[in-house]
Amino acid sequence: MTNRQPQRSFMARLVIRIPYAWLVAFFLVPFLIVLKISLSQTAIAQPPYTPVFDLSAGWQGLRNFFAGLSLDNYAFLGSDPLYFLSYVKSLEIAAFSTLMLLVIGYPMAYAITRTPRRVQAVLVLAVILPFWTSFLIRIYAWMNILQHDGPLNQLLLALAIVREPPTWLSTDTAVYIGIVYSYLPFMVLPLYATLEKLDESLFEAAADLGCPRWKTFWLVTLPLSAPGVLAGALLCFIPIVGEFVIPDLLGGSRTSMIGQTIWTEFFANKDWPTASAVAVVLVCLLVTPIVVFQYQAMRGAERD
Amino acid sequence: MQTVGAKRGFAPWADRTLQPLLRIEGLSKRFGAFAAVDHLSLDIYQGEFFALLGPSGCGKTTLLRLIAGFERASAGRILLDGVDLATVPPHRRPVNMMFQSYALFPHLTVEANVAFGLKQEGLPKLQIGERVADMLALVKLENFGRRKPHELSGGQRQRVALARSLVKRPRVLLLDEPMAALDKKLRGETQFELMDLQRRLGLTFIIVTHDQSEAMTVADRIAVMDRGRLMQVAPPTEIYEQPNSRWVADFIGNVNLFEGRLGDDGTSVEGTAVGRLRVAAKIDAEPRSTVWVAVRPEKMRIVPSEPSPGPPAALENCVAATVVDIGYLGDLSIYKLRTDDGVPMQAAIANTGRLTERAIGWDGKVWLSFPPEAAIVLTR
Repeated sequence: MTNRQPQRSFMARLVIRIPYAWLVAFFLVPFLIVLKISLSQTAIAQPPYTPVFDLSAGWQGLRNFFAGLSLDNYAFLGSDPLYFLSYVKSLEIAAFSTLMLLVIGYPMAYAITRTPRRVQAVLVLAVILPFWTSFLIRIYAWMNILQHDGPLNQLLLALAIVREPPTWLSTDTAVYIGIVYSYLPFMVLPLYATLEKLDESLFEAAADLGCPRWKTFWLVTLPLSAPGVLAGALLCFIPIVGEFVIPDLLGGSRTSMIGQTIWTEFFANKDWPTASAVAVVLVCLLVTPIVVFQYQAMRGAERD
Repeated sequence: MQTVGAKRGFAPWADRTLQPLLRIEGLSKRFGAFAAVDHLSLDIYQGEFFALLGPSGCGKTTLLRLIAGFERASAGRILLDGVDLATVPPHRRPVNMMFQSYALFPHLTVEANVAFGLKQEGLPKLQIGERVADMLALVKLENFGRRKPHELSGGQRQRVALARSLVKRPRVLLLDEPMAALDKKLRGETQFELMDLQRRLGLTFIIVTHDQSEAMTVADRIAVMDRGRLMQVAPPTEIYEQPNSRWVADFIGNVNLFEGRLGDDGTSVEGTAVGRLRVAAKIDAEPRSTVWVAVRPEKMRIVPSEPSPGPPAALENCVAATVVDIGYLGDLSIYKLRTDDGVPMQAAIANTGRLTERAIGWDGKVWLSFPPEAAIVLTR
């Protein structure tokens, strides 16, 4: 390596190091702080945990600091089913939402690629148009739509689909609606990017070799769009697991996803160490799919 | 009808009792106001190696795609074995296409690519395996069956594409610029292999190409196309030796063209830029009508001194000129010349001897001549 790139200029080295510096400063350091807090004990003090690293105490202080750390909080997570259940709930909601997003997003992305080029640009713009409005405002709008005498129930009553207005808010259904609505662009865009790159002549070749259209989809289109499916699924699944705002506003207290559990520990119980432990376990849960994704992406890059 | 130069005495187009395999009748394909294929009619016979040749944008690929079924005709009919293909979708047509981009399925192995078409027919697995193995052996890829397309060289990929389109034994194989992506040497070898394959399998091939030497090499007949129309359909030698128009004469190879008026005797052309020219055959045109004399550069003779005025014929079709440029191609030398009146001409001389010193050099006057038999007279 060093032989091939003997003299990198100072500027070039700086440019390469900026993203690393960024990641260290804004991801690794905060994570280490959270990790440290998760190994601490609650205290009625400022900050609300011990031990606090005291530079002035010298070696003895350092030794006391490490002696004060323990895995008690992690053991506590295991002892109360509340935490386990909210992890399961989060993974369940994320998995089903991702599935629904795929079922809705794939046909959308596929349909966009089938339109003429100029129309495609407009449709892709339409997909990302919701980002022009604040995420929070859009979720509040859904609260309005879904409330007891809101537009959705009025419509259902007017069309005589229901006789009694059903309750939407504070149910899992509302959470699913909010999540699928909010994350749809993150599913459609990577799928569109993959499908749009597929060579038209591959479909013609399949037809030429005697394959009807619907079968070409299963034999050619779907296998070749697998990287897009994976990218879209991970882009949605990972943030949905840690989602807080949507379940909090639309699901109310009945849905307890892991994001809400962390919030409660931090702000209601003022239990920073337990909250941090919950967060660290969550990160570990999510790193696994990211590693899988990276591995897939690297294999894809090798192929090209 | 003349059948000059048909290979191996094969000329089904001259046999009026034969039914064509593929009949194209008044076929048009319009994209908006632009006619890519313009009222085109053509018959292609069983066992022919047929080439569609023309400049880019002449509609040759559109014609191929119409036959494959990827484009819908605006007017006209395509009949295969007497059956109108208009309502037959591409996946039911007994024709296969080899794509210019090869269009190999990147997620499938070589074997699976070749087997793809046979699987659609629902053949038993064992039979598919056999036919795929036979086909891969035929294109000399028997050891590459388990590889993916991206693990092959360009030439190997081209063979996989060929194998995949041949394995279904199509009534007509359509080849869209099949050798465009190969380097020159490999292209030359592949052309001969393709001819050999076509002859052995006895299939009908239609190849689209913009490379005239490729079309001349492989084809039994060539259709020269321009702006959606057929300019001439004939065997390669006839296209070259008896072009039917200035456009074809100029498009295929190089040519010296002289405009003049047909003489009263019908065997001379008067008033050209190089004077009166004598031609061999009697021309079937009105005397004094405008005609063009076309002479291929390699049929020109160059001599360094004025021919002696012996027999009267010796001074016919002879003009003095000076050498402007010499292009040495190894086997040939191309001479760009200019007559004393400033008319540009060109001649190609085969370098048969190992010349250390050219007989005709850069400076000095030379005399250019051609025999009357070498002249082609064109009326349009």
